[in-house]
Amino acid sequence: MYGGGQVFDSSSVNNELLKDEDPQKLAEFEARIERGEKIEPNDWMPKLYRKQLVRMIEQHGHSEIIGALPEGTWITRAPGFKRKLALMAKVQDEVGHAQLLYGAAETLGKSREQMIEDLITGKSKYSNIFNYPTFTWADSCFISWLVDAGAIVNQLANARGSYGPYCRALDRICAEESFHLKYGHHCVIHLATGTPKQREMMQEAVNRWWAPMMHFFGPSDKMSTHTQILTKWKVKMATNDECRQQFLDMYVPKIWELGLTIPDENLKKNKETGEWEFTEPDWEEFKRVINGDGPCNKERLAVRRTAEERGAWVRRALTAKTKGEEYVAPLA
Amino acid sequence: MTEEALKDLLYKIADDLLILGHRNSEWTGVGPLLEEDIAFSSMAQDKVGQSLAFYDLLHQLGEQEPDTVAFTRNAEQFHNSQFVELPIGEYDFSLIRHFLYDHADYIRFSMLAECPIEEVAQIARKLKGEIKYHVMHANTWIKQLASANEEAHDRLQNSLNEALPYALGMFEPSKFENAIVEAGVYPGEQAVEDQWKENIAIVLEEAGLNLPKWNTLEPVFGGRYGTHTKHLQPLVEEMSEVFRVDPTADW
Repeated sequence: MYGGGQVFDSSSVNNELLKDEDPQKLAEFEARIERGEKIEPNDWMPKLYRKQLVRMIEQHGHSEIIGALPEGTWITRAPGFKRKLALMAKVQDEVGHAQLLYGAAETLGKSREQMIEDLITGKSKYSNIFNYPTFTWADSCFISWLVDAGAIVNQLANARGSYGPYCRALDRICAEESFHLKYGHHCVIHLATGTPKQREMMQEAVNRWWAPMMHFFGPSDKMSTHTQILTKWKVKMATNDECRQQFLDMYVPKIWELGLTIPDENLKKNKETGEWEFTEPDWEEFKRVINGDGPCNKERLAVRRTAEERGAWVRRALTAKTKGEEYVAPLA
Repeated sequence: MTEEALKDLLYKIADDLLILGHRNSEWTGVGPLLEEDIAFSSMAQDKVGQSLAFYDLLHQLGEQEPDTVAFTRNAEQFHNSQFVELPIGEYDFSLIRHFLYDHADYIRFSMLAECPIEEVAQIARKLKGEIKYHVMHANTWIKQLASANEEAHDRLQNSLNEALPYALGMFEPSKFENAIVEAGVYPGEQAVEDQWKENIAIVLEEAGLNLPKWNTLEPVFGGRYGTHTKHLQPLVEEMSEVFRVDPTADW
């Protein structure tokens, strides 16, 4: 589950890094990408490319592992066997995605331990949407359907990118996410067409989650610049606005079809341009939440930090015998 | 043997699986490392799925729908051992419980696979295949961690000491024990317990963990008769929180 939000803020693309690159190697690298070839871990790549990819894949990994928390909390409360089993499997998938993604990022030279350290110290970000709370079962259903749907839009685009290990991880992730989306849609249909109490729960969830959902794809293209080179290198495959438009086009009709309303009276498709029009999201709130002041930022990181601390003895034990001379093959 | 006796046996098995699966799912997203997070979560799903197989069979025998049975009873109506309802604690406790429980379940299902009641035997044969992997997982971790360093060894030893009296509670004989054994459904809990003691002793010795003398331990009984720790009722309430909003609704 991942949005395009915070990855490409302009300050992160430091073209200074390009000055030292060998022009011939750079030209060959760009020609390979132009021809549609994938870049593999041991291939030559510009430092800026490596830096941006580590940043992007790592943030994606963090989003999966933090995204497991707001939904995971509903596993123990899921109503009925069918939902309980499906949600367990879904959240397990998300943790598995983190494993795949950290693995892909590790191919670029940053260890998983360092990435997790940067996550829990707040140095590295994750998808903003998980800083909002899931008050009810319907909130978790909204995430399973629509946040995952948004993630698929973003991830399908990125899967066509230039870095081989990331693309392959995304192919697997998207296949699993498509099941999450079906599960989430099924849950939402049941609530939206259920008893008055269930319909009310679902509508309230849509009302709560619409603004974070619009933020999910990141600031308007008008506000984010300096990404041309990342587009050229096929690191960034679609703009924030393109992803947002695609999501609205695919899912707003499906939400309306269920008799749910969306809390934006300006939301409509312009028949002439084919574009969706909507009230400009509150980007000040977006920035505030990304910078740590959202409703759940502290809680999410605290949970992750506690998990790391409680599990530290296991990781120490696993590496105990790989240090020094007394290495003993693991028992199995 | 009466149908009541068979149902009692099936409820014990199903409730153990559901409650332990529920407990182990609490590790999802907060496990000690990603690989183990995924493994624990996967085994928790197996357990909940396995419990459903038994609730389905109970439903065929005239009991209520699995969702109703699982999500509307109160703690005292559950027949699980107190062992499985204890909180997950630290990972060392959850791992030791997983080890002790799955060894017992593997033996029980191996025996039930030979059950003359074909519906029971069929489920047992299928689940035995899943539990085999749970046992392998537990054995591997116990051996690797206990022999890794003093910290891990001591944690596992302490959790083992804490868990064993409760683990013995898994074998609490039911009021139908004799009838079940006489009818040849399976050799009974005493037989499971005897085999279990042998099997776990082998692994624990390899791991360098000490097994106390059995006669120094007092089994914690009561669960099979609806007597539970203070931890079960909150678990049941949490599990049914959404379902109870409207038990007649389709969720």
